[in-house]
Amino acid sequence: MTPVVVPDRAPKKKSKGPKIKPSPAARRRSLTGWAFLLPAAILIGIMMFWPMFQALILSFKTGRGSALDFADPLWFNYTRMLEDEIFKMTVGTTLLYLAIQVPLMLVTALILANILNNPRLKFKGFWRTAIFLPAAISLVSYSLVFRTIFATDGLVNDWLLALNLIDGPVNWLGNTDTARMVIILGLLWRWTGYNMIFYLAGLQNIDPTTLEAAKMDGAGPIRTFFSVTVPQLKPMILLTVIMSTNGTLQLFDESFNLTRGGPANTTMTMSHYLYEVSFVNNPNFGYGAALSYVILVMVAILAAIQMKVGDKRD
Amino acid sequence: MTSKLREVPKYAFLSIVALLSVGPLYFMVVSATNTSQDVLGSSMLPGTNLIANWQSLTEFQDVGSAMYHSTVNAVLTTVLALVVSSIAGYGFEVYHSPNKDRLMWVLMLAMMIPFAATMIPLFQLFADFGMVNSAFAVVLPVIATPLLILLFRQAARSFPHEIIEAARMDGLKELAIFWKMFVPTMRPTYAAAAVITFMAAWNNFLWPKVILVNSDYQTMPMLISNFTGGYVIDYGALMLAVLIASLPTIVIFFVLQRSFVAGFTGVVK
Repeated sequence: MTPVVVPDRAPKKKSKGPKIKPSPAARRRSLTGWAFLLPAAILIGIMMFWPMFQALILSFKTGRGSALDFADPLWFNYTRMLEDEIFKMTVGTTLLYLAIQVPLMLVTALILANILNNPRLKFKGFWRTAIFLPAAISLVSYSLVFRTIFATDGLVNDWLLALNLIDGPVNWLGNTDTARMVIILGLLWRWTGYNMIFYLAGLQNIDPTTLEAAKMDGAGPIRTFFSVTVPQLKPMILLTVIMSTNGTLQLFDESFNLTRGGPANTTMTMSHYLYEVSFVNNPNFGYGAALSYVILVMVAILAAIQMKVGDKRD
Repeated sequence: MTSKLREVPKYAFLSIVALLSVGPLYFMVVSATNTSQDVLGSSMLPGTNLIANWQSLTEFQDVGSAMYHSTVNAVLTTVLALVVSSIAGYGFEVYHSPNKDRLMWVLMLAMMIPFAATMIPLFQLFADFGMVNSAFAVVLPVIATPLLILLFRQAARSFPHEIIEAARMDGLKELAIFWKMFVPTMRPTYAAAAVITFMAAWNNFLWPKVILVNSDYQTMPMLISNFTGGYVIDYGALMLAVLIASLPTIVIFFVLQRSFVAGFTGVVK
């Protein structure tokens, strides 16, 4: 047996001198490492990066079905968007969901996680399970449960009428404002517990002595929360902000199943409209691809802003 | 006494949130046993209409087939995703090199690609290969996910290097070290990854809806979505369908929930 020097994770200094040839064993091991990565890298390449570039090319083409040709002018699909009232409305609606739902949800999740992290709290497992449970339900399922609950002759109206809070049944899903509100309520219900789990996991990594120190210095619970807990949770907060922003910009199931995009397309999301354009009635892949690139650019810009802001507070 | 009193709002808040979280689920379960009229009449008690709902549901819908296809898709996705992502995460960490770090960075960028932007070319790709309606077309785009690779790389970071050294001394092959040492040690991480992957795969709607054109291959979420297409909706049967579609993910969650939180701790530090 030959003793081998193993390249470990110790910080390596970049040597400018002549390269030392790695031993055959080390080289073989490095190849093994590449072999381990290969399946995942190939799959991500073919299933994510390649279609992303294909979509860009496609977005410059027009035509129906598979008979596609480059548009004249090339940016035809992109200029078409500017006159597409439905698309512009779906952008506004999606951004409205994002602006209201994500902050409300993440703040609630953070507060819940902080309460649940208290070692003296009773029935901790029960609270955690109950609050996380909605995240185990499929988006289509809960959309249809909410559709039933908020039907004109459904549960919510029955209860509000019984409590004399409303005079007559409200057509929740028939009015733009209330229908959008129901979608936001649904999103809050489905995802708050999910994000809470991420914060709970993050809180376990916080050094308890820093909390003790804050207490010794006379900081109250709220002060401690903002000055000690939140800064240490920052990576986790950034992760959840990016994930929920991405999720909201790609919202489809709720729009498709809960409100069907109605009334008059006012609750429809960008992805829902993209689906309608690309796969319903007269599929237009070129225009669909152009719409999808708007979503891509929005995701990229928002993620870049969030990472910038997230870094700054260091 | 005062400290006890101060606890009251906290528990009240938790109770309200828990009630709101479980309420709609309770309504779903109860409604599966009630008539359509009782569902709209907001009955909060279990009824006796479960069997009639089942008959009404299966009269026009092939629930067995949809459950079968959902199960095949979700199990296939979970198994392949765990194998492919864990071995990649392990590879990035244990055989770490500057070039591999660069590749990791590129793969992490893929997290930012919205599915919407890849959907149409993916459909064309699978159509070209005659794979529309196939389970592999459903599964292939979701096997390798950057988040899972990240999760397993973090797990590999906490895996003692001495174990690997010792195993090498004993003449174990690299793949055997991964399979016999790493996999058994990292069970909580695998459990966490299995929960999120299975749930995402089981609940996936948009992509299966696009690629499974023939309704013979439809999954449970597609079935319940189509269920409300008619003019008169049998709400009892609908709630039963929704309940059946939700059972597998709820069961998996309860079975693996302990490891779920444990496996997630330390992913992001």
